[in-house]
Amino acid sequence: MTSRSRVLEALGTVYDPELDEPITSLRFVTSCEVSADGDVDVRLRLPTPQCAPNFAYLMAADARSAVLRLPEVRGVTVLLEDHYTGEEINTAVGRGEAFSEAFPGETEGQLDALRELFRRKALVARESRVCEELLARGATPEEVTGRRVADLPDDPEARRCIELRRQLGIPAGENAPAFVRPDGEPIAAADLRHWLRRARLMRTSLEVNGGICRSLLRIRYDLPDAKEVAA
Amino acid sequence: MYEHNGEKYFVVDGHLHFWDASPENWVKGQEQFAEGWINCFHAYMGLAPEETHWPIEKFQKYTEEDFVKDVFEDGYVDVGIFQSTYLKQWYTDGFNTAERNSRMAEKYPDRLIVNGRWDPRDGDAGLKELEEDAKRYGLKGVKLYTAEWRNGSRGYSLKDPESQRYLDKCKELGITNIHVHKGPTIWPLDKDAFDVSDVDYVATNNPELNFIVEHVGLPRIEDFCFMATQEPNVYAGLAVAIGGLMHARPRFFAKVMGELLFWVGEDKMLWASDYAIWEPKWQVEGFVDWNYPADEAYSDYPALETTGKKKIMGLNAAKLYGIEVPRELQLPDEAGTPAARDDAQLVEDRA
Repeated sequence: MTSRSRVLEALGTVYDPELDEPITSLRFVTSCEVSADGDVDVRLRLPTPQCAPNFAYLMAADARSAVLRLPEVRGVTVLLEDHYTGEEINTAVGRGEAFSEAFPGETEGQLDALRELFRRKALVARESRVCEELLARGATPEEVTGRRVADLPDDPEARRCIELRRQLGIPAGENAPAFVRPDGEPIAAADLRHWLRRARLMRTSLEVNGGICRSLLRIRYDLPDAKEVAA
Repeated sequence: MYEHNGEKYFVVDGHLHFWDASPENWVKGQEQFAEGWINCFHAYMGLAPEETHWPIEKFQKYTEEDFVKDVFEDGYVDVGIFQSTYLKQWYTDGFNTAERNSRMAEKYPDRLIVNGRWDPRDGDAGLKELEEDAKRYGLKGVKLYTAEWRNGSRGYSLKDPESQRYLDKCKELGITNIHVHKGPTIWPLDKDAFDVSDVDYVATNNPELNFIVEHVGLPRIEDFCFMATQEPNVYAGLAVAIGGLMHARPRFFAKVMGELLFWVGEDKMLWASDYAIWEPKWQVEGFVDWNYPADEAYSDYPALETTGKKKIMGLNAAKLYGIEVPRELQLPDEAGTPAARDDAQLVEDRA
């Protein structure tokens, strides 16, 4: 695999924290250049000039970290373009500085709490889809809530659930319950229907936000139309 | 009024503007924000049917004639509510202030309502100004933009004690409808920019007021729904939910409608166009004609019948604003029904 491919693969591990999707498939990576000496230049773009600075910062910082993890990379520049706080973000990210240093006096802390909040939302949203598919195929609530991680289908959705659990510090070993609340508690069969109602709403929220962002990005940069993602 | 398939709908556009975002109105030194803002709105217009798109020049500043044609003549709107949005940090004369909107409203006194606004960061001076505005414009509602920039501050929370002073003043002045719009920046910047929990807080503490969360709290529709289902005085403003999704992402729109009907209910949803981001005509026609896709995925959601659509298109807003609805456009069993307890003082005698 070429260096550029490996860099793009690394960027594919960087998720938009709000939409829980890779920045590559969201088409947020405008360009990615790798020099023969291993210097990487990445340009990022977002759906609007006023996308929330905290999420924008997280993506730019995560992109830099992901690329730096590649052994063949000597240096990396990540620049967020066409954004109203782009200068502050690019300066801070370039220096490896924290979010609070990008906006002195405008934050009360760092972005860990924000990241965790959205990982929890994403976990619920994704679990709900796996659950509903099982129920649609005829499983009972008892069967669904009785499953272990080892029983989960081997598909991207379930794998992402495991990854989110690990990031949240929720046990995700083979024998752990397949479906858990964001605090790690397993879901009881009697609670499944009610939990799914709420979880489905969270999933809808994530999907709709992703849809709007995709549409706005396409309009902003005049990109070829991507097929509407089936709801 | 919109008539379709033998049914007549009273149309209240709960959220529209008569803005001036032309370069002449951009504050010197803030051009990138003023321009970025209006360009962003113009991109949203791209989500509408192509034949309704405007060039950026018209979008920056449209005329009174445009407004009358799009809203009253072609748009079926009986009564429109201006949600004044100031943004004076970026626009010299404001984006669309109550004063600017009222000049239009004065020409159509029975058809246009002007909402004011306040900013808790304005302190005592702001309270005074609110009193004057209330008198001058006969305010029944205000629009709050918690993400508005002001002197180095990028936003505020309704939980701030200063906000309660203003809410109390609203009660005193008979301003019962509080429209809240969440924007992309809110102080402090490490918090979720669109967090609606401050609305939850003030809605609980001020049961005599109505809180209309504009564009159904998107992108936090889940938090909005969880809140609205528990708070009797929290409503869903559909501006942007319709304009941004109904045409561009119909399957997502159907899911949004399903969730809103389930958690919030047809009695607390308010149709609106957010003109001039999108023209009302296609949004009225599309909404009245709307139904879920015939797909198993939607079978679990509450149905939306003609009665529900009539409520959402205008009757719910008419209740909140004391708008008199012609008898033939009311729901059959409503004539003679006592008004809901919390707006008894607003509803005109319908007997």
